[in-house]
Amino acid sequence: MEYFIELFLSGLTRGSIYALIALGYTMVYGIIGLINFAHGDIYMIGAFTSFIVATVLSIYGFPMLSIIVLAGLAAAVWASAYGYTIEKLAYRPLRHAPRLSPLISAIGMSIFLQNYVLLAQTSDFLPFPELIPEFDFIEPYAHVVGSAEIVILITTALAMILLTLVIKFTRMGKAMRATSQDRMMAMLTGINVDRVISTTFIIGSTLAALGGLLIASHIGQINFYIGFIAGIKAFTAAVLGGIGSIPGAVLGGFVLGLTESFATGYVSSDYEDVFAFSLLVLILIFKPSGILGRAEIQKV
Amino acid sequence: MISLEEFKRSFKVALWFMFLTFPLLVIKVNPIERTVLWKWENMAFVGIGAFILSVLIRAFFIQKERSRNSSKNKRRFGYIGDEPLVQFILREPKYLYPLSGGVLIFALLFPALFDTYQTNIMTTALMYVVLGLGLNIVVGLAGLLDLGYVAFYLVGAYSYALLNYHFDIGFWMALPIGAMLAALFGIVLGFPVLRLRGDYLAIVTLGFGEIIRLVMENWNAFSHGPSGISNIPRPGFFGMDLSLDSAILYIYYLVVALVIITIFVVNRLQDSRLGRAWIALREDEIACQAMGIDKTKTKLTAFALGATWAGLVGVIFAAKTTFINPASFTFLESAIILSIVVLGGMGSILGVIFGALVLILLPEYLRVFSEYRMLAFGGILVVMMVFRPQGLIANVRRTYQFKKSTKGGDS
Repeated sequence: MEYFIELFLSGLTRGSIYALIALGYTMVYGIIGLINFAHGDIYMIGAFTSFIVATVLSIYGFPMLSIIVLAGLAAAVWASAYGYTIEKLAYRPLRHAPRLSPLISAIGMSIFLQNYVLLAQTSDFLPFPELIPEFDFIEPYAHVVGSAEIVILITTALAMILLTLVIKFTRMGKAMRATSQDRMMAMLTGINVDRVISTTFIIGSTLAALGGLLIASHIGQINFYIGFIAGIKAFTAAVLGGIGSIPGAVLGGFVLGLTESFATGYVSSDYEDVFAFSLLVLILIFKPSGILGRAEIQKV
Repeated sequence: MISLEEFKRSFKVALWFMFLTFPLLVIKVNPIERTVLWKWENMAFVGIGAFILSVLIRAFFIQKERSRNSSKNKRRFGYIGDEPLVQFILREPKYLYPLSGGVLIFALLFPALFDTYQTNIMTTALMYVVLGLGLNIVVGLAGLLDLGYVAFYLVGAYSYALLNYHFDIGFWMALPIGAMLAALFGIVLGFPVLRLRGDYLAIVTLGFGEIIRLVMENWNAFSHGPSGISNIPRPGFFGMDLSLDSAILYIYYLVVALVIITIFVVNRLQDSRLGRAWIALREDEIACQAMGIDKTKTKLTAFALGATWAGLVGVIFAAKTTFINPASFTFLESAIILSIVVLGGMGSILGVIFGALVLILLPEYLRVFSEYRMLAFGGILVVMMVFRPQGLIANVRRTYQFKKSTKGGDS
């Protein structure tokens, strides 16, 4: 039973990270219908930026709390700056191109970013400073749950609530929903669609950077390649929940996280990634619209 | 020719990129020794580079705008009349035959002109030509973005390696078996994903490619895991044992022959009923079905035929390197092949050949830049899509041309 709870909690933790990244995929897909392949690499850049800032600050002897705040801020700022720039350089010129063109461009961007970080930094795994302290009250349960896991769960929940509020109640959120329903109509009602798309990329990138910071400080090491696998898995989560649907991305993230956690715990840990990929292939084959998604009707 | 306003904008772009690359390029921390290295010179490079690039791109667009406004009949570089030079040569057998003959003679004499090392590199490049042409069937002609192409390459390589290891099957037997197994995998992969639309298809094929590689990495009993299979024999020459040098030479000619066969087959396929069905499917699926084309069969043959070439090259790859492991078949390999197709021009045979030679040979000879290879490949995909989606040597669809008779009014 204890093993079950441990697996369940670690599944939730994984799942919440997947959900954070999946939100970026799903929002971008909902608005411009593009699988932003480079999204996983934005997450990696977020993790790297926070790693650099946190390490520099800890070398210069800043207090722990300020390090957490500054590293988080830096990760969010730079990840969203990258997200914004990528959209402008690689996707905006292709908005009216055939469907495959922006996807190929996104794949290129992903490869570019990976190698950029590889060349600028290093190909080795880097030890990430432990940012989340061990709480005292968790001591008696330390064998099933770590304080990092609790922090991750709470932060993700807060981020998701905030996002829902933004999308439901702010002007920008309304504009986003309008754009995703019908871009042309939104333009005609005076919505600056370019700005909405940029904002979507910025929000998505911030969430991914948050995920990057949390998971990196939980696992304790980062590398230029973490974005690729995480990106694919988050995409799986987004598709699982129904791409384009925000609650779907969260649900998909948790389902994927739990599946992976139990599969590696009870079956075999060698095939961890195979489970995720197989799940992706199976959903796409049998229910491409996902759990909460609407089936796309093709009109002629 | 460029106003001050434009310079100001470029300056802002440069500042933005300096900000963007600040933490990753400038700060280098060593978490173990706890030292920080500030590389401010990188920031300067980025700033200057971004400024110059931005000015150049602006100048390019202004120039383009201007030339569009001015006379249209101006002679352009690389064009004969309205037609690109390459298309002109392809159309006229008078130029095409001697030229391709010359290229063929050069290819045949290549090992005599250069040393073994160069021949080896050329062999690799030509293998990528075949891979590119194979992927071109799937991506360029049928319009199915396959990101897991390397899986079929893996199937070919492993089928030779394992068949040889367990049953002592020779290269020439393995060649058709590897090709057929790859084609079979193509159909197995193609069948369930037929219903999917373009971008989903890309992700599923990527997933398949990764699954196959991961299985090979972990299923030790079957594939020997990450340590791979070594001592794969080179192809035999009528039972003779060849020395290393002559084996390299032999494989080179083998690959040249394969390239010629591939070009011939793909060229014929393109104009066949099937090839036209692929192109129609790429352009509009629904219209295509309405015309009575069997979508399932057409897509599956595209997958199977594309996979066949990957399987063939896989077998040759295993024979050439005599050692294979799953690390040679990562997603990056698929990405390289895709870059070849995209750079050369999707659907264009000449373009793909050109793309493969440029992308594989250039990094070999510019050793200084070889670490920037993958960076460049990623960049190429983006730049090509944004500025020249049709590729360097665009494929021109066959069209009938009505030539106005010079004597007007004769009807």
